[in-house]
Amino acid sequence: MFLNHIYLIPLFPAFGAAVMFFFGRRLQKATVSAVCVGVIVLAFLFSCFTVAEYTHFARGTGRPFEKIVYTWLGSGDGHLTFTRRDGTLASFNADAGFLLDPLSSIWLLFVTGVGMLIHVYSTGYMTHEGGYYRFFGYLNLFMFSMLTLILANNYILLFVGWEGVGLCSYLLIGFYFHRESASTAANKAFIVNRIGDAGFILGALTLVWYLGSFRFVEINALARSGQFAVGDHVLTAAALLLFVGACGKSAQIPLYVWLPDAMEGPTPVSALIHAATMVTAGVYMVARSNAVFVLAPTAMKTVAIVGAITAVFAASIGLVQNDIKRVLAYSTVSQLGYMFLALGVGAFAAGVFHVFTHAFFKALLFLGSGSVIHAMSGEQDMRHMGDLRRRIPTTHWTMLIATLAIAGIFPFAGFFSKDEILWQTWASEGGAYRILWFVGYGTALMTAFYMFRLMYLTFYSPSRMSHEVEHHVHESPKSMTMPLVILALCSIGAGWLSWPHSLGGSARFEKFVEPVFAREAVVLQEEGKSGQLAAGEKEAEHTDKTEYFLMFLSLAAAGVGWGMARRSYLNAGKDYVEPIAEKAPPLYTVLYNKWFVDEGYDYVFTGRRKIGKIRLGAMGAGEAASWFDAKIIDGAVNDVGWVTRAVAMLSTWWDKWIIDGLGVNGPAILARMISYPARLFEWGLVQWYALVMIAGLLGFGMYYVWK
Amino acid sequence: MVPITTLHYLVVAAALFVLGVIGVLTRRNVVIVLMSIELILNAVNLNLVAFSRMWGKLDGQVFAIFIVVDAAAEAAVGLGILIAFFRNKETINVDEIDLLKW
Repeated sequence: MFLNHIYLIPLFPAFGAAVMFFFGRRLQKATVSAVCVGVIVLAFLFSCFTVAEYTHFARGTGRPFEKIVYTWLGSGDGHLTFTRRDGTLASFNADAGFLLDPLSSIWLLFVTGVGMLIHVYSTGYMTHEGGYYRFFGYLNLFMFSMLTLILANNYILLFVGWEGVGLCSYLLIGFYFHRESASTAANKAFIVNRIGDAGFILGALTLVWYLGSFRFVEINALARSGQFAVGDHVLTAAALLLFVGACGKSAQIPLYVWLPDAMEGPTPVSALIHAATMVTAGVYMVARSNAVFVLAPTAMKTVAIVGAITAVFAASIGLVQNDIKRVLAYSTVSQLGYMFLALGVGAFAAGVFHVFTHAFFKALLFLGSGSVIHAMSGEQDMRHMGDLRRRIPTTHWTMLIATLAIAGIFPFAGFFSKDEILWQTWASEGGAYRILWFVGYGTALMTAFYMFRLMYLTFYSPSRMSHEVEHHVHESPKSMTMPLVILALCSIGAGWLSWPHSLGGSARFEKFVEPVFAREAVVLQEEGKSGQLAAGEKEAEHTDKTEYFLMFLSLAAAGVGWGMARRSYLNAGKDYVEPIAEKAPPLYTVLYNKWFVDEGYDYVFTGRRKIGKIRLGAMGAGEAASWFDAKIIDGAVNDVGWVTRAVAMLSTWWDKWIIDGLGVNGPAILARMISYPARLFEWGLVQWYALVMIAGLLGFGMYYVWK
Repeated sequence: MVPITTLHYLVVAAALFVLGVIGVLTRRNVVIVLMSIELILNAVNLNLVAFSRMWGKLDGQVFAIFIVVDAAAEAAVGLGILIAFFRNKETINVDEIDLLKW
C-alpha cells in the first residue's frame, strides 16, 4: 500500500513549499513551522513504512521496486526512436518513475530522518531571523528535489532532482542576500555546480546513445549482460563524465571550492545540504551507476585517486582554519573524499555505509556548532571561544560524541565505516591501492587532530571570549538540543548496524545493500546469499590478521591525533600560537590560504586577476572579445564611415564648384555681364539719352559722307 | 575783303548748332538746356534761310516759319514740364532727374 504510493514521499515537502510560496507571507510563524516540519515528519513516517514494506517485498534478494507514474519524455509509440549501436531499435524514454531498492531505501531513511531533525532544529535556530517562511519554503523545496533525486528510476529524473538541489543550495546559501559575501558565495556554488552538471548530462547522454536507455534497471541489465568488454572506451568516457558531475555536486578536486564559501548560509543549511544530503548526491549517483563503473577500471582508478587526494588536501587545510564552520566544511570535503575512495576501489557498500554514518555525525557537528554560535551571540571565530564545557553542557557532550565518531574511535559510528574503507583500500584488487591506504591513513590522523583541536579550542581551553559575549552565553532551547541528542544517539549506534565479520558481527547493513552492487549478471539471488565477487568479503575471511592490525593502526592514528591536539590546545590562552605556525611558518601560510587555489582559479579560469598585462579565463575571453569588437570590427565600421565621408566630400566639391559654379551660376554671371552694357540704355539720365541720340546721328552722318 | 558766300552762313549755322548740342549735353540748369535746344532750332533756321537765298526759292523760308512755330510750342511744353518737375523736386539741376536710374 505504501509502496504503491511512493510518489507521495517527494510530494509532501513539495506541498509545504507550495504553501509557503503562495501563502507564506501571511502566515504566522507557528503555522509555518507546523506545516513545513509536519510535512517532513509525514514524509519520514511514510518512508519508514515504505521501506518496511519493501524489505518484505524484496526478502533479501534486493530486487528493485519500480513504479512508473507516467511517461514524461518520449512516447510509447516510437516517435522518438533511434538505433542502438548493436542495431536494435531503442525508444527514447524518460518516465516520471520511482525506484526503490536497498540503496535508495538507505538514502530515503537518513535523508528524511536527518532532514526532519534539522527542520525541528531550525524552528529554534531561525526564530529571531527574518524571512522565516522563505527559509522553510526553500528547505522544503530542497527536500522535494533531494527525494526526487533519490527515488528516480532514470538519469533524467535524477537530473531534475540534481538541478533542484543545486538551485536550493543557491537560494539557501544566499539566504542573507543583502550580504555581498553571501550572494557571491551562492553564485560560486551554483556556477561550479553547473560545470559538474555539464559533465553529468554528457555522461548520461553518452550512456543513452551507447546503451539505448536512461533507466537504471535496463542499464544495469545491459552492463551486466556481458555484451561489453571491461575497459570499453565509450563506457569509460561516460563514467568519467558522470564522475565530473559527482565532483561538482560532492565537492571533490577541482570543483570543491564552493563548499567552504557555502558556510555563509545559515547553519541548518550547512548541516542539511552540505553535510548530510546534497553533497552525498554525487556518491549516490556513482553508486547507482556502479554497473557502468565496474566496466571501466580506468574510471574507477580515477575516482579512487581523486577521492584520496581530496581527502588529504582538504584535511590539511582544515588543520589551521579559525572559523568553526570552515573547519567542518573542509572536514566534509575530506570525508567525501573517503567515500569516493571507497567507491573507486570497488568497496561500494563500505562507501555507502560511510555516507550513512557521516550523515549523522556531520549533521550533529554542524548543528552543534550552530548551537555554539547561537550561545556566543553570533561569534564564529574559535580564537574568541573557550571554556564553554560547563556553560553549554548538552551541546558539549553531543559534539564530543560526534568528534569521537568522526575521529574513528571504537565503538562510535565512524570507526566502523572508516575502518571498513581503509581495510578495503588495503585489500582490494590484491593490494593495488596500498599507496592510497597511506594517504587515507594520514588523513585519518589529520582528521582526529583538527576535530579535537576544534573541541579543545571551543570547550576546554581557557576563555578567550570578550566580556559581553561571555555574559550572554546560554544553552540553546529544547527545539535545538533535542535533535542534537537524537543525532548523538545515532552517531553512537549507527555503526553497529554493520558490525564487521572480523569482530564477530553479521554486517547486516552491508548484506542489505550488497545486491545493488552484485557483479554477476543475475540480480535475483537466493535468500541470504550476497553477490559472489563482493570485493573485500571473501578476502576478509582469509586475512583476518591483517585486518586486526589495520584496525589497531586506525585507532592508533586517532589516538595520536587526539594527543597532539590535546598537547597544543588544551591550555590555549588568549595569545596561543598555532604549532604549525611556530614550527613551519611558510607551510602555515600556504595551509591558511587554502593552498591559494581560489587565487589560482582567479588567475586562470575566471580572469579576475591579471597575470602581468594578460587576463586569462572567462573574463580574459571577454576582454579579448571586447578588444576585437572595439578595434577590429568597429575599426572596419569606422573605415567604411571614413570612406563614405571622403566620397561625400568629393561629391560636395563637384556639386559646389562644377555643377553650381558652371551650370547654375555660369549663366547667371553671363547674364549679369551682359546686363552691364545693356543697362546703359535705360540709365535715367536725360543728358545721357541726348548724347546717345547725337552719337547715333553722327554715325548716320559719317556713314553717308563716306559712302 | 572776302565776299560772303553761302558757305559762311553754313559755317555759322553749324557753329551755332554745335554750341547748342554742347549746351544740351553739358549744362546743368534745365532752363539753359531748353535755351540750347532753341539755339539748335535757330541754327537750323539759319541754315534753311541760307539755302533759300542760294537757290532763290522761298521754300526754305517757309519751312523756317514752321520751325519757329514748332519751337514756340515746344518751349511752352518744355517749360510746363520744367515747372512740373520743379514742383516735385524743388531744383532745376538736370542731374537730379534720375528717378528712372538703376
